[in-house]
Amino acid sequence: MSPHSITTHDHYLNAGYGVRSWLLTTDHKRIAILYMISITFFFFIGGFFAFLMRMELLTPDGDLVSAETYNKLFSMHGITMVWFFLIPSIPSVLGNFLVPLMVGARDLAFPRLNLLSWYIYVAGGLFTLAAMIFGGVDTGWTFYTPFSSTYAHSNVIPVVIGIFILGFSSILTALNFIVTIHTMRAPGLTWFRLPLFIWAMYATSIILVLATPVLAITLAMLGVERIFGVGLFDPALGGDPLLFQHLFWFYSHPAVYIMILPAMGVVSEVITCFARKKVFGYKFMAFSLLAIASVGFLVWGHHMFVSGQSAYAGMVFSALSFIVAIPSAVKVFNWAATLYKGSISYHTPVLYGFGFIGLFTIGGLTGLFLASIAVDVHVHDTYFVIAHFHYIMVGGAVMGYLGGIHYWWPKMTGRLYPEGWAKFAALVLFVGFNLTFFPQFILGYLGMPRRYHVYPPEFQVLNVLSSAGATILGIGYLIPFVYLIWSLRHGKNAGANPWRASGLEWQTTSPPPVNNFEETPVVTGEPYTYAEEESPGG
Amino acid sequence: MGEHRIPVAHQFDDSVQQRSAATLGMWIFLATEVLFFGGMVLAYAVYRVLNPEAFARASRVQNILLGGINTAVLLTSSCTMALAVHAAQHGQRRRSVICLLSTMFLGLAFLVIKGVEYAEKLHEHLVPGIDFRYAGADAGAAQLYFILYFLLTGFHALHLTIGIGLLAVLAVRSALGYFSAEYSNPVEVAGLYWHFVDIVWIFLYPLIYLIQAYR
Amino acid sequence: MKAPASTAVYFRVTGGLFLLLALTVSLAFVDMGPLNIVVAMTIAVVKALLVVLYFMHVKSADGVTRAAACAGVLWLIVMVALTLSDFLTRT
Repeated sequence: MSPHSITTHDHYLNAGYGVRSWLLTTDHKRIAILYMISITFFFFIGGFFAFLMRMELLTPDGDLVSAETYNKLFSMHGITMVWFFLIPSIPSVLGNFLVPLMVGARDLAFPRLNLLSWYIYVAGGLFTLAAMIFGGVDTGWTFYTPFSSTYAHSNVIPVVIGIFILGFSSILTALNFIVTIHTMRAPGLTWFRLPLFIWAMYATSIILVLATPVLAITLAMLGVERIFGVGLFDPALGGDPLLFQHLFWFYSHPAVYIMILPAMGVVSEVITCFARKKVFGYKFMAFSLLAIASVGFLVWGHHMFVSGQSAYAGMVFSALSFIVAIPSAVKVFNWAATLYKGSISYHTPVLYGFGFIGLFTIGGLTGLFLASIAVDVHVHDTYFVIAHFHYIMVGGAVMGYLGGIHYWWPKMTGRLYPEGWAKFAALVLFVGFNLTFFPQFILGYLGMPRRYHVYPPEFQVLNVLSSAGATILGIGYLIPFVYLIWSLRHGKNAGANPWRASGLEWQTTSPPPVNNFEETPVVTGEPYTYAEEESPGG
Repeated sequence: MGEHRIPVAHQFDDSVQQRSAATLGMWIFLATEVLFFGGMVLAYAVYRVLNPEAFARASRVQNILLGGINTAVLLTSSCTMALAVHAAQHGQRRRSVICLLSTMFLGLAFLVIKGVEYAEKLHEHLVPGIDFRYAGADAGAAQLYFILYFLLTGFHALHLTIGIGLLAVLAVRSALGYFSAEYSNPVEVAGLYWHFVDIVWIFLYPLIYLIQAYR
Repeated sequence: MKAPASTAVYFRVTGGLFLLLALTVSLAFVDMGPLNIVVAMTIAVVKALLVVLYFMHVKSADGVTRAAACAGVLWLIVMVALTLSDFLTRT
């Protein structure tokens, strides 16, 4: 990728050309780009599975695909989107690019481990993709036993191996971030002078490091059970399927915080810049990230209220699930307080920020409905749940990712994206998203179960609205794909700091030189030093 | 100036930062390992709590003496490993190589004894999924005991084997003069890994072998 | 991670570990009912602490290292405790 260069300085993109210079790089910035390309590939694959599902759900009958195929579609959609897109997205792309820059370092602590983590990601991804193409898997992304361990006839083992492999990629990236943030901060960069994006990467990394290994051993035990039939999760042999669910959700609930915390980090960065005002309640924002990360490990049983889990344990998990909402709410209030009396300009990154705040709030509030056992009994395994988590994962995390990509695109590429098209795409995405998923809240409340390819005819109107929305959403995602690539050749020269933002990453050229800074920066003040009545320009 | 040239990677400001990073990195990795083994420990805890008698009865086929000898072997190997690290940090090349080799030898001894135990289990038809015939009530719970036994000790043995491999590389590099009093990070972090493998066994031994030994 | 001046401490710790091993094996042959597991795990924790503090030098390590050393174990305890709270309270 060699942009028709209008910048004259040496930077990481023109430091070497050719496949080897990319595939053998240890430069965190190039690795971030490698990740960006790979996760985009998997995003469109996951999106394709969703597209087929929404086409099937246009009609009440199962007329597009068989039930077994539909089971494979929703399973593979979930697996691809969760593990091969959402979990790596912000950390492995934006985190990899920005963590060293934001702390004033030349690279991450372990550059070769960083490259290894990308190769592991690719290996896991391709292995899983092959398993999905040559047969697929139909257990749901949740792999509940005993179906996955005993009765399923699909490619459970290869898919589970692929995800197992991928887990190491997550762990290595997180390890790298934690060590870098602890040991390689520039002189004067104390913890409370760090950008909130770094706090978000740090909190996310702690979750990654502590949760992912449990997923690994759970999948290994699932594999052993499936191959050897020894009774680990089989009630006929003395095992308990709920043990699998406890183990699985001990990872998978924190996993959703892995997916949202980075987006919250992005939102803090864009809100402060485009309101020209420092973040309200910086310390509360930093500590709330840590609180979400830690309390998030205590709530997993809320996925199991109707599974046969003890009612007493359920009550404990329910109470803890209410508590974990509090730090998230603190963040929403503080973003609002940051915007209040700010000098707001409406560039694309902050439009995604606004989208995030509104949609994450809806998703989060509906999470409280689900945390309430009495409500959950009725809406568990319905489209209400699906709408809830898509509001957070798509309305929240994906918008956070896109906001971050647009905010730091000038830094990463030296180019400006076309603002008009970008605003248009953000609008299309917002409309498409809500049209897709709001009807699903209603469908779930009315009783439509998830993971079914057929439904009673009275649900058709809402399903058609949802599928129409999904089509708009799909088109919406293609628009940035096109103009961002276009901007690599034809975008205007960005300059070092087109947004006039604060932060160490903006004190170096766009694109940055290979070693990030001409001289190691020295930090003397608070983050987010914005004078009032300025606008970012550009 | 007669200084030893310490290899400092380009991303680090100095060797002190490099050493802090390496050490913290290994500790974080060990935290992931605690949780990896932890999943199996959880399964074991749940099934033992639910089937206390069956687990106790099943554990009686274990050879407490062999398990105890293996524990002693690993405890000694942690001592030799600590000595190896100490020697490396003081630039005592020959001593560190000898200690590394001793640690490897003790690790191999552990694996041999473990192999003997595994062979015994196979001979007695106590390998779930491959050859399992359990004469006694509650064969289901007994099978759970044995599969978790193999999973826990199997993954432990795998980690031990990787550790022996690491030590082999370090022993060669040590002998070739790669390390000095100023630079011994790889030996230090390998030491941390080795001690962790020892600690896992410190917990596995009483959990697996010493259930109701008085019966 | 600082290296102590002499190696004597390693031999003393190893001696302590062997004593604790002998203790745990002999106590296993004493019927203490539900206390057996408590005693066995306590002794194991003490042995592990000896290894962590002296062989792994955590005794002289900084706060970050100590936090990293504790984190895994803490989270494991949480996972086991909350999960057992389900299995032990089922009706």
